[in-house]
Amino acid sequence: MKKILTLSTALGALALPAAADDITVMGWGGAYANSHIEAYFKPFEAATGNKVISVDSDNPATPLKAQVEANNVTMDIAVLEIADAVRLCDEGLIIPIDPAILPAGADGTAAADDFLPGTVTECMIPTDIFATVIGYDASKFAEGEGPKTMADFFDTTKFPGKRGVRKSPKVTLEMALMADGVPASEVYATLSTPEGVDRAFAKLDTIKKDSVFWEAGAQPPQLLADGEVVMTIAYNGRIFNAAHQEGKPFEIMWDGQVYDWEGMVVPKGAPNEAGALELIKFATSSEASAKAAEFISYGPPRKSAAALVGNIQGSDQPMLPNLPTAPDNMTNALASSLEFWADRDTELGERFNAWLAAN
Amino acid sequence: MTSVPQPSAAPAAAALTTSDGRPLKAALAAAGARARRRAFLLVLPLLAFVVITFVIPIGQMLYQSVYHPGFANNAPAIAAWFDANPTGTEPDEAAYAALAEDFRQMQANKTAGEAGTRINYTLPETRSLITKTARAAQSLAPPYKEAFLAVDAKWADPGVWQAMRSSASAYTSDFYLAALDFERAPDGSIKRVEEKKRVYVTLFVKTFLLSLMITAICLLLAFPIAHLLATLPMAKANLLMILVLLPFWTSLLVRTTSWIVLLQEQGVVNSLLVYLGAVGDDGRLRLIYNQTGTIIVMTHILLPFMVLPLYSVMRVIPPSYARAARSLGATSWTTFRRIYLPQTLPGIGAGALLVFILAVGYYITPALVGGADGQLISNLIDFHMDKSNWSMAAALSAMLLVGVLLLYWLYDRLIGIDNLKLG
Repeated sequence: MKKILTLSTALGALALPAAADDITVMGWGGAYANSHIEAYFKPFEAATGNKVISVDSDNPATPLKAQVEANNVTMDIAVLEIADAVRLCDEGLIIPIDPAILPAGADGTAAADDFLPGTVTECMIPTDIFATVIGYDASKFAEGEGPKTMADFFDTTKFPGKRGVRKSPKVTLEMALMADGVPASEVYATLSTPEGVDRAFAKLDTIKKDSVFWEAGAQPPQLLADGEVVMTIAYNGRIFNAAHQEGKPFEIMWDGQVYDWEGMVVPKGAPNEAGALELIKFATSSEASAKAAEFISYGPPRKSAAALVGNIQGSDQPMLPNLPTAPDNMTNALASSLEFWADRDTELGERFNAWLAAN
Repeated sequence: MTSVPQPSAAPAAAALTTSDGRPLKAALAAAGARARRRAFLLVLPLLAFVVITFVIPIGQMLYQSVYHPGFANNAPAIAAWFDANPTGTEPDEAAYAALAEDFRQMQANKTAGEAGTRINYTLPETRSLITKTARAAQSLAPPYKEAFLAVDAKWADPGVWQAMRSSASAYTSDFYLAALDFERAPDGSIKRVEEKKRVYVTLFVKTFLLSLMITAICLLLAFPIAHLLATLPMAKANLLMILVLLPFWTSLLVRTTSWIVLLQEQGVVNSLLVYLGAVGDDGRLRLIYNQTGTIIVMTHILLPFMVLPLYSVMRVIPPSYARAARSLGATSWTTFRRIYLPQTLPGIGAGALLVFILAVGYYITPALVGGADGQLISNLIDFHMDKSNWSMAAALSAMLLVGVLLLYWLYDRLIGIDNLKLG
């Protein structure tokens, strides 16, 4: 019975049949897919002669699930967020990848030691690290007087003005606790207790009436540009783009950043599994991931790659200070917990929605 | 001449026949059947299309609201133990042994995530318990109870066992319970969830109330416009009609975003009000990212759905009726209330039904402009779709569907569904 549903879902994701050696990669589109095309696919095609086809999706996890369950897999690689990758891996929809196949780092460090701890999981090899941060409009504050810590974001007396808040408990609750004085290392332990959850919501209560809630990642830079908010929770890449490509006076406060990572997975039953693994080896090398970081401000997950990151594409400014993985930006950073959100996503999501709806 | 039978002279019992001698009744029936077959063949492609792309997927989706085999398929041994022992039985060594067997199987088939996901819907924080235990499955040895407790002390929690019991059957009412803000207590009884987690019933009520309000505002705004359109000369009416249809042809997202530009605090409307001195610069009105925003933008987007049916009905109302009423001494109010309004009812009914049903399921507009309190139930359906919890999304959708059908039935009882004119 379920087959029919997944089949009809998969019908919507029909791709043109690819030649045997072609590798189809389903990514997220936009600047992010562009960084993959420039840094991974084009050099890979030049080196091996195999064509890479880039397909866009809202979130490749959804079509991947539908395609595997319908036994009609058209993609060889999907680019996923780590939470989705772990879930699909547990459900057996994507294949385990042996990290031993990965090449050593540019400085000779073995792959196992080169990747940031915890980022390589059973089924996914990470390609980049992105962070949820506080972005603010520097022109609204006196020189050097912008917010410095997460507590400042929640302090509307010292920093009056509206706040942009993501309409989701994930990251929002973590930031609320860090603002309330919980050290990054204890955030998830605190959030695992009912008192901790209440404490986070109590902290959110303090800015609820000053909050503008956003849903899509494109909204926060727009809210800043329109003057609707003076600071907002945002994805670092979006703020970077607005600042560097559109010349907006936006800056990022890295204190209390919550980082997540994305990477490549191979669905079960991929038409060109061998080719997919070759491309993954190529794309997750130090050189390729450092190159990708020049196109988009997502940090390479390999430590050895930091030294290789050059200037922002098409400019003479170094990219490194804009990356979540730059040492200066990592002083008070929290790695988003997969385990925690896999367990509590629905429950806290409902609680968050109830909190939103309450007056 | 005399051999030709005269119909009037024919005996009453003799049936009418066609020229080739077949009974007329049979011939007519055959011709009718042929025509029906042809008509059926003509609609067959559409019927097949609707069945394949609409009826089957929707049916499947709704089926998922009561059917989730994630745990049942992967834990047959413990399901058998649950069947043999009534609710409330303290899990014994046999239960733990059965569970150990299931976990070994889950580990071998890599299905612990699927099973854990299902239980997690009923009791949060059990997904990691299941995956963690599955990873340790090979080291589980008798006595099993101690072995399980060594992996995680939560295995002694009766709540976990109750959650497993209710997930052990592929058919479940858990999703409907959750959609009504209820949950199962560890002893199997049903209770309401804590107050701070209740959200669905409130949102259902809010969705229906907001939709009613939007329908009412649409009607108030559309009625005069439709009347004007219907009474103006054709050339002017067509021009006005284009103005009504123009937003209809513009992308929904563009219109929603335009409203954001207009209504936000630094937006056109507020800046104008500040310029005119109606509000102070620090007292700018909050017109968007809240319930007000949702109502304003949805009213605008749904307005053409009210104008068009009203217009099509009003256009054919003969003006002579109203003139007759006036000439017989009715005041203009009486004429409107007793002569004009009743004749527009089919249009009002159709428009109201269209707008209401569209509003109840609206998603993207409240998501973009609804802020905290302008959310509708469809935003929660999306939330669960996003979390791959299709069963919960299906349960909420089914309840929404039932709600709409109930109102439809009520409408049929009060006004009559045949008294509906869509255009």
